[in-house]
Amino acid sequence: MKMDDPHGKRMPGGVVTLAHGGGGSAMRKLIENVLLPAFNNPLLAALEDQATVPLAELLVHGDRLAFTTDSYVVTPMSFPGGDIGKLAVCGTVNDLAVSGARPLYLSCGLVIEEGLEMAHLAMIVESIAHAARLAGVSVVTGDTKVVERGAADKLFINTAGIGVIPAGIQISASRAQPGDAVIVSGSLGDHGIAILLARNELALDAAVMSDCQPLHGLVAVMLGACQDIHCLRDATRGGVATVLNEFATSSRVGIRLREAALPVNETVRGACEILGLDPLYLANEGKLVAVVPATHADAVLAAMRAHPAGLEAAIVGEITAESAGNVILSTAFGGYRVVDMLVGEQLPRIC
Amino acid sequence: MQYADEFRDPAKARTLVEEISKLAALLAKARGRPLQVMEVCGGHTHTIFRYGLKAMLPEALEFVHGPGCPVCVLPMGRVDDCVALACNPKIIFTTFGDAMRVPGSKGSLLQAKAEGADVRMVYSPLDALKLARENPTREVVFFALGFETTMPSTALTVLQARREGIRNFSLFCNHITIIPTIKAILDSPELTLDGFLGPGHVSMVIGNRPYDFIAERYHRPIVVAGFEPLDILQSLWMLLKQMKEGRCEVENQYKRIVPEAGNAQALAAVAEVFELREFFEWRGLGSIDHSGVRMRAAFADYDAERKFGVPGLSIADPKSCQCGEVLKGVIKPHQCKVFGTSCTPERPLGALMVSSEGACAAYYRFGRIAIKPVETETVAS
Ligand code: SF4
Repeated sequence: MKMDDPHGKRMPGGVVTLAHGGGGSAMRKLIENVLLPAFNNPLLAALEDQATVPLAELLVHGDRLAFTTDSYVVTPMSFPGGDIGKLAVCGTVNDLAVSGARPLYLSCGLVIEEGLEMAHLAMIVESIAHAARLAGVSVVTGDTKVVERGAADKLFINTAGIGVIPAGIQISASRAQPGDAVIVSGSLGDHGIAILLARNELALDAAVMSDCQPLHGLVAVMLGACQDIHCLRDATRGGVATVLNEFATSSRVGIRLREAALPVNETVRGACEILGLDPLYLANEGKLVAVVPATHADAVLAAMRAHPAGLEAAIVGEITAESAGNVILSTAFGGYRVVDMLVGEQLPRIC
Repeated sequence: MQYADEFRDPAKARTLVEEISKLAALLAKARGRPLQVMEVCGGHTHTIFRYGLKAMLPEALEFVHGPGCPVCVLPMGRVDDCVALACNPKIIFTTFGDAMRVPGSKGSLLQAKAEGADVRMVYSPLDALKLARENPTREVVFFALGFETTMPSTALTVLQARREGIRNFSLFCNHITIIPTIKAILDSPELTLDGFLGPGHVSMVIGNRPYDFIAERYHRPIVVAGFEPLDILQSLWMLLKQMKEGRCEVENQYKRIVPEAGNAQALAAVAEVFELREFFEWRGLGSIDHSGVRMRAAFADYDAERKFGVPGLSIADPKSCQCGEVLKGVIKPHQCKVFGTSCTPERPLGALMVSSEGACAAYYRFGRIAIKPVETETVAS
């Protein structure tokens, strides 16, 4: 383990013990030495039991609150393209962003397994702080628990987020209409395969980076090109297939996808071939799926491609009136098949 | 992937589909019923659904999804044995991913894992051997299953374990062999099959001669087929051509991979480690003579069955399961009484609902509803 973080700061030594979660001086020290300097903002620094957010500041941005929470339990904690800390920020920021909201505040709950190296914890905390700065959100409240060895897998993180939705924006999974275009923001499955590779379970030597990234900037330019985006969702666990099935069910429409139009990077495609996995179901952490009126599809696409998070955006299909509730894929080969909801986890095939 | 793309050319596919449609119409008319072609191998079933081949082909041609998914034909009793082994606290039980969900009478390996058994997913037997090396105080058992396709790699792993003197590694051997199974299907009185697509990966090991009896004794044509969609279409076309010309032969479409005589080295490793069992039970098909292999006595130290003992109970499939009839092509998956109701991929009653190669799971996932194909856009893009 490196004792210095990439930003050159000296990292604390030792390991986290149960005392660090006990509410006493060890805990105080952990908060003051590790958490406060990283998250560094006046709302948190007050160290009250709650963050006090002035309403006036929220009202500038819109007329509705978006509020979300998610827990992060990924193994391994660090992987090419990110770590659990970055994931915990991006995941929650993205859950806010896809409502059209501007993400503003995060909470951060840490459940630490006794024995985690302090330096490792500090690195993850720094990664949370770094990701939050990039996403333009502040970590304004938090909680730290230490559990006995074996009761958790090194570190679990829960983040909740608050954002504000601008007036006039109505994004919902139930708004897809026949004729609308379906857009994905980039290549599918990079995160899923990166994690599999990082677990070292595959006898594959391939470089795949997780796509873990905040999407609020991308959403902002999309809304700039079309205020009336109908559906928007980030395609995390369960992948694009799951999101589209949810749209099809909620909106009572059919969705017709074109396999040839789906962006999948070569290495991911290769790994999927070998393992019998389907990129449509692989997890992403920085990709979204949008349903937009056909008249605005090209404008939205162009705006997305001009943004770093949407360089490979593509129109991959359309909403149809027939086969309501179902997602149909026209295969690149000229056939078609149903893209169903995934049952449980995707398990690689035997041969 | 360039190599694979060559076998996924939609324009070539269209030409083949046209040819197949013409032949199928002719033959079906002469026989007064649709043609039935069995793809023996689960890999083929997967390709057929994955690329939507069924929708491209005429109704005069029906696929029968054969017994070639090793996960699907695993009897409940063997799954119970797996669970019993996995529950032994000394043992790290290793298995391929899709075998984890197969229901036994007391739940699946996935459930055993949730309840505390040390079950780990691996991608090859060598991964399991590596675990044994890294955990010298534990016993690592690899759940070996599959046809001749996967047999050589487990045989070679055992040989390597012995060379390295690794003592805490063993196989729970459930390998099966394809020929007696095809024979059992051909002997079934309900048989209506007109021809076979032969399992390419199996032939890579055993070659093509072992199929001669299908053509000679049972007078059915067989084409050994590759796994890309164009492989399957071309094989179908070759098969129908045989039928039209009144021939019954073993033809090899998968020449780029399959040598006529198989792979001598792989066969030697298999022969060194394994021997035929008197009989082996299959889910849905009952017991088939000489259809499974076990480890030879010389490898008793590497045989989990001998080392730890397994209950080895034979457990009847639930009464409502019609897996056997689906495997033999007597009914289609959706015609099973419990399809999509009490048997779904979330809660599979029968094994065909478990693996994505299983006929019922594939029907459920890929082909449940009938939709008219959209012809225009796909070829253009
Ligand atoms: S639906 Fe279930 S029980 Fe019926 S044949 Fe398929 S797997 Fe077997």
